[in-house]
Amino acid sequence: MGKEILQLRNIHKSFPGVKALQGVDFTLREGEIHALMGENGAGKSTLIKVLTGVYTKDEGTITMDGKEAVIKSPQDAQNVGISTVYQEITLCPNLSVAENMYIGRSNNIMQNWKKMNEGADAILQSLDIPAKATQQLASCSIAVQQMVAIARAVDMDCKVLILDEPTSSLDEQEVEKLFKLMRDLKSRGVGIIFVTHFLEQVYEVCDMITVLRDGKLVGEYKIADLPRVQLVSKMLGKDFDDMAEIKSENKVFESNSKTPVIEVEGLYSDAGIKPFDFKVDKGEVTGFTGLLGSGRSECVRAIFGADRVLGGSVKKNGETVKIKKPIDAMKAGIGYIPEDRKVDGIVGDLSVRDNIILALQVMKGFFKPFTKAQANAFADEYIKLLGIKTASADTPIKQLSGGNQQKCIVARWLLTHPEYLILDEPTRGIDVGTKVDIQKLVLKLASEGMGITFISSETDEMLRTCSRLVVMRDRKVVGELKGDDLTQNKIMSTIAGGDGNENK
Amino acid sequence: MKTSKKSFTAIFRNQIFIPIAALLLLVIVNLIVDPSFFKITYQLNSDGQHILYGNLIQILDFGSELAILAIGMTFVTAASGGQDISVGAAIAIAGSVILRVLCGNNTRPEAGQLQTTFLVAFLVACVVAALFGAFNGLLVSVFKIQPMVATLILFTAGRSIAAWINNNELPIISDQSFKYFGGYIPNVPVPTPAILAVVVIIVTFLLLKFTNLGLYIQAVGINEKSSRLNGLNPTAIKFLSFVLLGLCVAVAGLIKVSRLSTINYSVIAKDIEMDAILAVALGGNALGGGKFNMTASILGAYVIQFLTITLYSMKVQSDALPAYKAVVVILLVVFSAPTVRNWMSKTWKNLTAKNTAKEVA
Repeated sequence: MGKEILQLRNIHKSFPGVKALQGVDFTLREGEIHALMGENGAGKSTLIKVLTGVYTKDEGTITMDGKEAVIKSPQDAQNVGISTVYQEITLCPNLSVAENMYIGRSNNIMQNWKKMNEGADAILQSLDIPAKATQQLASCSIAVQQMVAIARAVDMDCKVLILDEPTSSLDEQEVEKLFKLMRDLKSRGVGIIFVTHFLEQVYEVCDMITVLRDGKLVGEYKIADLPRVQLVSKMLGKDFDDMAEIKSENKVFESNSKTPVIEVEGLYSDAGIKPFDFKVDKGEVTGFTGLLGSGRSECVRAIFGADRVLGGSVKKNGETVKIKKPIDAMKAGIGYIPEDRKVDGIVGDLSVRDNIILALQVMKGFFKPFTKAQANAFADEYIKLLGIKTASADTPIKQLSGGNQQKCIVARWLLTHPEYLILDEPTRGIDVGTKVDIQKLVLKLASEGMGITFISSETDEMLRTCSRLVVMRDRKVVGELKGDDLTQNKIMSTIAGGDGNENK
Repeated sequence: MKTSKKSFTAIFRNQIFIPIAALLLLVIVNLIVDPSFFKITYQLNSDGQHILYGNLIQILDFGSELAILAIGMTFVTAASGGQDISVGAAIAIAGSVILRVLCGNNTRPEAGQLQTTFLVAFLVACVVAALFGAFNGLLVSVFKIQPMVATLILFTAGRSIAAWINNNELPIISDQSFKYFGGYIPNVPVPTPAILAVVVIIVTFLLLKFTNLGLYIQAVGINEKSSRLNGLNPTAIKFLSFVLLGLCVAVAGLIKVSRLSTINYSVIAKDIEMDAILAVALGGNALGGGKFNMTASILGAYVIQFLTITLYSMKVQSDALPAYKAVVVILLVVFSAPTVRNWMSKTWKNLTAKNTAKEVA
């Protein structure tokens, strides 16, 4: 094992109301590919940003090559030899490859173009990157653009290279090429920090894993010492070995009809999911589970027509319905509470009332607006029913707390009286009280005969509400669990998958 | 005491405060400078007709086109988050179409030689203007081009197209009844443009009341993604807003050509797009789209006309007018900026707080 080049010790960083990092340690050695893992909000990106100078740390020390490094800006980070390649490519697509590699690095007014192009070609060749210096960057594939960004970083004499989700927009072959480049750099002694959501890739290319959870360090492990299942349990914060079984509180629902309310066959969309089959009975709560980015949201978005559906069929109560856009799904009696409340859910400047009636109003039609009295009656009814805390129905929804905003969105869809309701992460970022309210509501609606799909990052919550779970990994359905299989252990081992790596 | 203080800060923050304050300011300035500004008389005009006459009537008369355009511009702004800068050129096209349909190939028709009725000519102009609006709407909604860039095309080409429609000739309509739309209808003492503006305003408010136009446009302007997930079609709604502006343009075009009974392709409705955008901004509407207040926009349009007439009545040279107007516009826009308004309501709060403290002491 090489010598340590980068040491982070006892890093603290807080934002108003949030302790994003609490005493995190991290060590990177020469010629090592080190995976930084954790679910959303674990503190991965905060740590990366502290390291690259986007944020300044509150406490702690960063040591490069045995000397304490002061990193207050991205410029500082580059000067000490830390380079970052982000998920979104931050190069200029309209410039040439060489220009992209050298832009902003020279203080001379004059530029020796010939020398620059020759230099760029030499680096590209040595790294085996299939691009020419004079080629326009936009004409390269995304993977090659990614590699050019890496080449730029390498040429800046970096000792530490941070790759933040570099593979999320690449296909398998492109990922292979990228890995080859990473191994090449590794053999030159560059230390690489690799952030990704794809478990398979971690096990393919990395040497070490550091796991963060809730802003705290969980531990640093050698890849051989940490089977997938354990990695997943460490990320989710459940100790696999002595995990308490949580008894399902689900009631048994009586369904009077054999036909499922929704039956999906071979459905897939342009969001990159593999075709999947799925069905929900009346009064059944089902769930999609899997790590972030596994494709669970994309599946339900395809059912609702939120992404462009490329193939497959949806049957409602046994009859095929054509769903091309959300309004089709709404007319078929499907409701969808989206994952990202701020971006896809609320209409920020509109009042609570308008937000609540929006979906029903759209279904009713352009020429049939509700009267003020009707709209007020609807809003008041659901404000009371769901206990939405708002100054009045006229208050712009963006002034409400997250939990109350979410309740408004729930109200919006309950108002349409759907037969099938999809809730994608309805409890993310809201207070515990509201969480329980929403879980109870889901069970109540199901007991009244509504078919429900519930998605949550918290396995506990899924176990409490769902009677059947579809497990996804890498944008594929990899299993279905019900009855006695509904346990934390079983879910995790299914999520982790991987042959011969079950548990030691 | 407490409630009055609260309501005062509320007034400062209310969207309609700026156009109303501007209007009040203009009224006060005119009252001080020359109270006769507000005099309205009932007198004979050159056509031997009894009409109402005065600066206020002039404001209502010549502010009509602007008010009508401000309505369409408000829709476009709210839905697309951008502005249409081609309305002046589009008015030239609509006006040209009206003349062409009425005159046919004879550019100097005598009374009774018109090819068709005014209504048909106007309806054709509506269709054409709506089509050009649809063209803009297509570029903006389907091809996702910045509204200002998209409408720059028609802004550049529009007046040439208008000239081409009439083979670059300037038809003159001598039929006196054609002047009714831009002048006076016999035995009606109120200028027709003002009546047309009122009609358009009423239609707009009926549209807002009896359809979901307002809700849909605002929802799309505020959050396109979530609107789509609520079953709306953002593309169609943006497109519709441009078509509606096209219809407004047709009405404005009718008034413009009727005022002159002819057309001047390069001068007709020149720079009116900027005034229309200004009216929307003066109404306190965010030019980035989203929520809108139609009343405030319309009021904004009349404030601009009020300002113009005020400057005229103060004997400002017509070529110096834009400079004076610019100064006033700077003031208005600065005062309508949210930061300044927040600062004003804060200062007001502090001021009253101090006063009450003094009173107590």
